[in-house]
Amino acid sequence: MKILVCMKQVPQKDAPLKLNESSAWIREDVSYEVNEPDAYALEEALRQKEKHSGEVVVITAGPARSRQVLREALAKGADRAIHLEDPGFVGLDAVNTARAFAAAIKDEKFDLIFTGLQSDDYGYAQTGVILAELLGWPHATIIMQIEKSDSGIRVKRELEAGYFQFVDMPLPAVLTIQSGINKLRYATLIGIKQAKNKPQRKVPLAEVQPALGSNMQKIERLYIPQKTKNTEFLEGSPGEVAKKLAEKLRNEVRVL
Amino acid sequence: MPDTILVVVEQREGKLNRVSWETLTAGQAIAAETGWTLEAAVVGGSVATLASEVATKKVAKVHAVESPRLEPYTPDAFVAALKQFLSSKKAKLVLMPHTYQVRDFVPKLATAMDRTVISDCIGYKKEGDKLVFTRQMFQGKLAADVSFACDVPWFVTFQSGAFRGDKVEAAAAVAPVETVKVEIAENVVRNKPHEVFKEAKQAVDLTQAEIIVSVGRGIKEQKNIELAKQLAEALGGELAASRPICDSGWLPMDRQIGSSGQTVAPKLYLALGISGAIQHIVGMKGARTIIAINKDAEAPIFEIADYAVVGNLFDIVPPLIEEVKKAKVGS
Ligand SMILES: Cc1cc2nc3c(=O)[nH]c(=O)nc-3n(C[C@@H](O)[C@H](O)[C@H](O)COP(=O)(O)OP(=O)(O)OC[C@H]3O[C@@H](n4cnc5c(N)ncnc54)[C@H](O)[C@@H]3O)c2cc1C
Ligand SMILES: Cc1cc2nc3c(=O)[nH]c(=O)nc-3n(C[C@H](O)[C@H](O)[C@H](O)COP(=O)(O)OP(=O)(O)OC[C@H]3O[C@@H](n4cnc5c(N)ncnc54)[C@H](O)[C@@H]3O)c2cc1C
Repeated sequence: MKILVCMKQVPQKDAPLKLNESSAWIREDVSYEVNEPDAYALEEALRQKEKHSGEVVVITAGPARSRQVLREALAKGADRAIHLEDPGFVGLDAVNTARAFAAAIKDEKFDLIFTGLQSDDYGYAQTGVILAELLGWPHATIIMQIEKSDSGIRVKRELEAGYFQFVDMPLPAVLTIQSGINKLRYATLIGIKQAKNKPQRKVPLAEVQPALGSNMQKIERLYIPQKTKNTEFLEGSPGEVAKKLAEKLRNEVRVL
Repeated sequence: MPDTILVVVEQREGKLNRVSWETLTAGQAIAAETGWTLEAAVVGGSVATLASEVATKKVAKVHAVESPRLEPYTPDAFVAALKQFLSSKKAKLVLMPHTYQVRDFVPKLATAMDRTVISDCIGYKKEGDKLVFTRQMFQGKLAADVSFACDVPWFVTFQSGAFRGDKVEAAAAVAPVETVKVEIAENVVRNKPHEVFKEAKQAVDLTQAEIIVSVGRGIKEQKNIELAKQLAEALGGELAASRPICDSGWLPMDRQIGSSGQTVAPKLYLALGISGAIQHIVGMKGARTIIAINKDAEAPIFEIADYAVVGNLFDIVPPLIEEVKKAKVGS
């Protein structure tokens, strides 16, 4: 099976965020990491390849810094990488991001495309489904298991509140992967060494520009959300805080 | 003619999903502010009964969009049906709840119509002639106001809990229901879904617990779960966790709180090292008192906490266990 994995670089979970000059995005001087479900998507692709042989290709769209995501993926076992490299790519909405991917892979023949179910930064939860529609492929979302079948694949969709559902579908298809579908592996030293020699293709913005349209939505402003609840912050040394908490538990919450 | 707001309610196996009422409340509020007409649609195999249930609310009309191919749900059939329906029913704004089902088909629908969805919104604002929609970003640390820069219909999905479902206004007179039969060719539907099921029966029922101590990734290592367990035991409560803890197998799945786990409403919910992502919060915001201990002063969990401690849980929990034990002995 030939599998493409879309992997996005996002600000680290506990990075302190500051608004940029235009207040339409955050300042870029934060640390970044791989979007969490995308790491699971890669792991799943590697496992499918180990079972059924084939090829795992990783793709990201973003500025030079996002190459780190590809490097890590290659070190873990991906075979090659495609980098849509330009600071302009992050300013695209989900539709244009998907259009850029579709244009960049038009000469390839994948059986499966995996994306994360949503990004930890913008969190649109749309890019994979949009990509499927652009390619004319079927899709399934929030996937927790993938088995090859005679006619294609059988996937397990997560539904709300602990419910699941199996779905049979033909290939090629796009799947959006949920965190926790498998256990992640670490890159090995050999993997890290080998990564350096694996093929990486750079796709400049100009190459996919003809496929893009104008963004259909606009971020008017970004801000720190207003607090709606009256939160009482308890301060002091750990011992003092523990005493204050116990006092609240006894007199206010009445559970002691 | 005034513009139309269309709310597509969600039904599964003949029952309305309760978040549908929240989206209707949102639709009613926007209609009141803009003067636009509010209509609703129910999509499925045979939904006349559900449509008449919706028609008791304050809406101008309810459309029952039907085809035998809409049962069971598939994204292909839903997109085909709604695309057909929306080609005759000209709506300016199409609202849906941000459920697993909607997020499965609405990006495809919008793309097929060369439109876009502003997804997972928590509110809206009318600024002059412009409508902007508010959504959380960076896992709730920031919010953004987003507007449309394209032709109508504009698709918007609202997060569960963003509006009050119990505030949906009833109709003075029951609204007319119109049945819309859509044609969906057999080869349109590519996915074959099986029955919906629940994984092995749950061993613990946290919904009945009065006191819950819940751990998140701030607990760092599996062996540290013991610390939280001691606190839970001292308080006479149950241990629960955020999803990543259960994904890692540190605690069983049936102790997970949130949209894909259990929904609880205890007297006390004590969150240790949990950031407060919306998918977690929907499962515990009904708690009477929420106490959060987190080392990040900007963690979104503090937005909903009654008592908050900014600090290292490993410093605070051990003396807290001692204080609780002392108080128990004393009482
Ligand atoms: C008007 C507007 C302005 C924006 N400006 C900025 C900006 O200045 N800076 C900025 O950083 N972001 C900006 N964004 C965010 C934008 O880049 C989104 O990330 C993009 O629209 C994709 O949506 P999402 O991240 O919510 O993806 P989702 O749909 O939530 O992502 C789902 C999955 O799609 C895949 N995926 C999505 N994007 C990528 C990618 N770039 N590379 C690889 N895989 C990907 C991943 O597998 C991911 O798990 C802007 C968005 C809009 C709408
Ligand atoms: C479709 C979908 C369904 C989901 N369903 C669920 C669900 O049912 N339940 C659920 O919980 N999540 C669910 N999630 C995941 C959710 O989005 C979050 O990723 C998750 O809740 C984060 O868990 P966390 O708070 O433990 O971890 P993180 O977000 O990593 O937060 C860890 C926190 O610990 C703090 N911390 C670190 N060290 C310390 C210390 N020493 N002392 C004190 N604090 C410390 C950090 O400041 C941080 O705030 C779902 C996601 C999706 C997309």
